[in-house]
Amino acid sequence: MIEARLLTKVFRDKRRGEIRGADGVSFSVGPGRIYGLLGANGAGKTTTLRMLATLLRPTSGSAVVAGHDVAREPDKVRASVGFLAASTALYARLTARETVEYFGRLNGLDEATLRARVRALADELGMNEFLDRRCDKLSTGMKQKTSIARMLVHDPQVMIFDEPTLGLDVMTARSIVRFVRECRGRGKTVIYSTHVMSEAEKLCDVIGIIHEGRLRAEGTLAELRERTGEGDLEECFVRIVAPGEAR
Amino acid sequence: MSWRTIATIYAKELRDSLRDRRTLLSTIVIPTFVMPAIVMGVGRMASTIISKAREEIPRIMVVGGSDSAAVVAELRKSGKFRVEPAAADWRSLISEKKVRAAAEIPEGFGHALEAGSAPPVTLYYYQGELKSGIALEELRSFFVALRDRTTARLLAERGLPSTVARPFEVRQANVAAPEKVGGNLLGGIIPYIIVLLCFTGAMNPAMDLTAGEKERGTMETLLCSPAARTDIVLGKFLMVLTGSLAAVVCSLVSVGVTLVLLGASLGGGRAAAAAGGGAAPAIDPAGLVGVLAMVIPVAVLFSAILFSVSLFAKSFKEAQTYAAPLVLVVFMPAIVGALPGIDLSLGLALVPILNLSLICKEMLSGVWHWGYIAVIFGSTALYAGAALALAVAMFRREGVIFRT
Repeated sequence: MIEARLLTKVFRDKRRGEIRGADGVSFSVGPGRIYGLLGANGAGKTTTLRMLATLLRPTSGSAVVAGHDVAREPDKVRASVGFLAASTALYARLTARETVEYFGRLNGLDEATLRARVRALADELGMNEFLDRRCDKLSTGMKQKTSIARMLVHDPQVMIFDEPTLGLDVMTARSIVRFVRECRGRGKTVIYSTHVMSEAEKLCDVIGIIHEGRLRAEGTLAELRERTGEGDLEECFVRIVAPGEAR
Repeated sequence: MSWRTIATIYAKELRDSLRDRRTLLSTIVIPTFVMPAIVMGVGRMASTIISKAREEIPRIMVVGGSDSAAVVAELRKSGKFRVEPAAADWRSLISEKKVRAAAEIPEGFGHALEAGSAPPVTLYYYQGELKSGIALEELRSFFVALRDRTTARLLAERGLPSTVARPFEVRQANVAAPEKVGGNLLGGIIPYIIVLLCFTGAMNPAMDLTAGEKERGTMETLLCSPAARTDIVLGKFLMVLTGSLAAVVCSLVSVGVTLVLLGASLGGGRAAAAAGGGAAPAIDPAGLVGVLAMVIPVAVLFSAILFSVSLFAKSFKEAQTYAAPLVLVVFMPAIVGALPGIDLSLGLALVPILNLSLICKEMLSGVWHWGYIAVIFGSTALYAGAALALAVAMFRREGVIFRT
């Protein structure tokens, strides 16, 4: 369960002054649901997700993730969250197994549980063939599987995906989308940020459209279509964030 | 703070670093093989150059001396010089290194010498030029020997014993123990090498584990884990410290083993002879252990400073730009400490790095100033603690971690 209330993040830059990366963002998402955060580059998706994953402290507002407050219990929040982003890379000089084991240990798993968990994940994700190969020798698809195993090793209740398909080929991107769907099937609470409309259409139960740090609209695909009078999500998006540019 | 988490992070960083060619080069390979090779190589090269210079028969010119043919002939006969008639520009020839030295024999020198009182002979050379200095040394020896023989002849003609001219001999004897000689000779060099290695050993791991991780995107992956920020800093910092200490230990062990195998200490018999003794200078082993102990807080200080500086950088390259000027800042006190004539005082004992250089000299000589040792260890540990606290504080700053 994720509950964000008026989440705001202000960055101070010497040249540009005050920048509101996220400005009063509120939403909630429950178990077995995928919340899609849709926005252009620089809209505030990553800032919002980083606050939920406790990588950034909110300037104001609050958020509760898996029953823990992000400001007061950041360690417990991180222990309940799996975070996968285009910017979360793997250690090139570690093998896939060592990577997954490392994050398992950081999450407090004992050695017996860890071994069993790595075995189960390797079987489930089809990693046995390259489990002992260094990450810098893996293909993009193998790296994504390793990242997913890293994210799942402690069996988190909440999964946060920040543009996970960015820069991936079609087949690898499809496998990620399939995996996100499986997470919903297992009752996980999922947030999925993207600027790819087709992914949002296929995956998300609820879509929040974020622009210039503010959540401009929120609803199911049907509700957004109804609100904007457009059939296509891309047109819905444009009508909401830049009405002047709509067809 | 969780020691289990710190140990997990440290173990991962150690494994990762042992697979990193750059880190292995800077912390193990260079200190173990290259540093001793440089130290020994420079010594051997210097020794070879000096030997070759001594083997060369110097070309000299005799200015004047046309009426002192016997002296000039004796100079030629000695076989130690290639005597050539003086050219008009003999001074320029010395400056241009075409001639090594010149001896100006005044008019009537030969006859005056027979009579027992001759005018002075002037020797010309080029100061600071090795081969010219060697030629001067040989010329002086020749004329001193000529003077001694003349004195002995004159005394014999007058029926006087040689003790009239030299009633007593002056001898010199060294009272310093070999380790004191070694301490004084090496005390200035060893701390300098240690400071150099301590710093360079920490540099690559510090940059790789902070700026390098930010650049590669693995820092964000780590920050997503439940590990507390302080635990992450300490785990990584311990790896940087390991790199620093590994470089020092590898180098000292390697230099020590090399010296033992060669059966000689740095400086060798010539240094001992210069110090007035016959024994080769040695290093007090307890002094070496003491130096290693004193290096620990300095290594902590360097590791924490490099960690903080590198953490601020966005990329490995940017970190290198920040670390390069630090090398100068670090080496200045080490160089000052290696200068002769600077003694420890309470004020200097509080100056980091300089205090290490000065106390190392003493400890390697077998002199233990416990008061100063405590002040130096304590003050450096304090600076190191402050630097580490700065590293932790910087790691908690979003502006530093997510600096773009």
